[in-house]
Amino acid sequence: MKCDNLMNPEKINPSRRVHQRIPSGCAISGMMSEEGRCIDGRAVIKSIACMHNRSNGLGGGFAAYGIYPQRKDQYAFHMMYDNAEAKETTEEFFKDAFNVDKDEPILTHRDNGVSNPPILWRYFLEVPENKLDLISERDYVMKTVMSVNSDIEGAYVASSGKNMGAFKGVGYPEDIGRFYRLEDYSAYIWTAHGRFPTNTPGWWGGAHPFTLLDWSVVHNGEISSYGINKRYLEMFGYRLELRTDTEVIAYLFDLLVRRHKLPIEKAAMALTSPFWKDIDRMEHEQKKIATAMRQVYGSTLLNGPFSIILGHSNGMIGLNDRIKLRPMTAARKDDMLYMASEESAIRAIAPDLDEIWSPRAGTAVIGRLSEAE
Amino acid sequence: MRIDAKGMHYRQLNKIIRDAVASGEKEFELDDIGGQRYIGGGLNENVKITVNGTPGNDLGAFMNGPRVIVNANAQDGIANTMNSGEIIIHGSVGDIIGYGMRGGKLYIKGDAGYRVGIHMKEYKKQVPVIIAGGTAGDFFGEYMAGGIMVLLGMNGKSPIVGDYVGTGMHGGVIYIRGEVDPYHLGKEVSCLEANEEDMKLIGSYLKEYCEHFGFDLNEVMSKSFIKLLPLSHRPYGNLYVY
Repeated sequence: MKCDNLMNPEKINPSRRVHQRIPSGCAISGMMSEEGRCIDGRAVIKSIACMHNRSNGLGGGFAAYGIYPQRKDQYAFHMMYDNAEAKETTEEFFKDAFNVDKDEPILTHRDNGVSNPPILWRYFLEVPENKLDLISERDYVMKTVMSVNSDIEGAYVASSGKNMGAFKGVGYPEDIGRFYRLEDYSAYIWTAHGRFPTNTPGWWGGAHPFTLLDWSVVHNGEISSYGINKRYLEMFGYRLELRTDTEVIAYLFDLLVRRHKLPIEKAAMALTSPFWKDIDRMEHEQKKIATAMRQVYGSTLLNGPFSIILGHSNGMIGLNDRIKLRPMTAARKDDMLYMASEESAIRAIAPDLDEIWSPRAGTAVIGRLSEAE
Repeated sequence: MRIDAKGMHYRQLNKIIRDAVASGEKEFELDDIGGQRYIGGGLNENVKITVNGTPGNDLGAFMNGPRVIVNANAQDGIANTMNSGEIIIHGSVGDIIGYGMRGGKLYIKGDAGYRVGIHMKEYKKQVPVIIAGGTAGDFFGEYMAGGIMVLLGMNGKSPIVGDYVGTGMHGGVIYIRGEVDPYHLGKEVSCLEANEEDMKLIGSYLKEYCEHFGFDLNEVMSKSFIKLLPLSHRPYGNLYVY
């Protein structure tokens, strides 16, 4: 099926292009070398392409960690612009907010079915010392990301972390992957998403992964608790402008792990807390922790069906909703950890596995970079 | 007929199979399967299909007659609304298997995921049977309306079955080998000990099951089984009645 590519969500008319029932749900796939070995983007494309029929051509994207080793201490901003004016306004803003060490177009192949892309540009940025009198560096970068997304019309931050980047757009994921020439990048973590938009428009900025700093999230499902989560995040300065529920997950991890300094396990517990009936049966100490978590972090609980893969500089996390309403398979082979919506997507790139399992509902699968310990 | 399915789209694969079945082919061996959906789906003939590799979702959906053998793990939605035939999986399976299944047999060597046998049903002689050799996730037999499910827990993992077993169950019967903490049972089931008559009922299926996977029937029978029956055939008769 051939679809129009749309930058402007206002122009979307889904009924026009859905001619038949499309047997889809979203698809996610992730792979990580816990030893930090970098591999190029062809494997992750092969994995997500295996689940082609879970998406419908209205969104695909990738996150890659370890791709800018020469500039690993600078913030790599991947930008999407509707037009030259948005680019100009944003660059003025960047000049004021950062030291812009380098900027360049993100190279693409233009001959493989992905049409009408926005202007795609990449910036390597440093934060000037004098901006950090009253704020930490990463809080400062987070605020600038929020400002660009909210205040500059036609400009969207695709990613803003160090030594990582998001590559996303409207199209099937395997086409998007080739469009961005992912074979030219080497990463120790790759995540991928094939989209079947349900409640929110299929547009370039709304493709997964959703990112902030070095956090990235790919998501299959929907977050029914979006309203509660959004209002909670807004109290901490997050602005939710991308019209897609998944955005809250990236920001929640940023808030809980980076700012509140919770261990990853506890952040996952805040998002998928145990049921009260199960807390009642816990041992004293565990019960106290679980109860406190639900009391303090009631507003971070994610409701609705989801399976997600979260990437960050030091690892990869897979998580399902509490009653497993979306699929997830995990596997290991040597130093590699794999997760995907379907086992076949893992077997497509790693036929012989040491271990393969279906994670239980609400139980995080956690991959850690060994050198980060 | 042997088909190398490497990189083949499911529509093409299933069309080849359907066309061959229509012209009298009785046996298929599918190599290098990697996620192709609906294998065996909607077929009405008693053909045999051997699958090498991981088949995609909805294996054997609406199937009516064939025998499908999978020499690997399989994914979600196996035997969706299946009418008759036999599916034998030499591995583990994903979620919502046997969804609305209304006849035939589904034998799984290893573990099963969440919502096994959701809304399975039966009518007169049409009695679907699911047997899994390992453990299963939450919502085993959710809204079950008919048929027989057996869970063996042969791999020694614990717990044998997840939470909310038989929630909304209003027909059919579940047998579980060993003990289940009543905490894991849904509100709509009663838990009994399987008696001689029960063992006679499932004995012939278990014999067949053990032959497929090389399990020792005596070992399977060496432990007692519990039996779960619905408390009511209309558990929600008074829901939304004010």
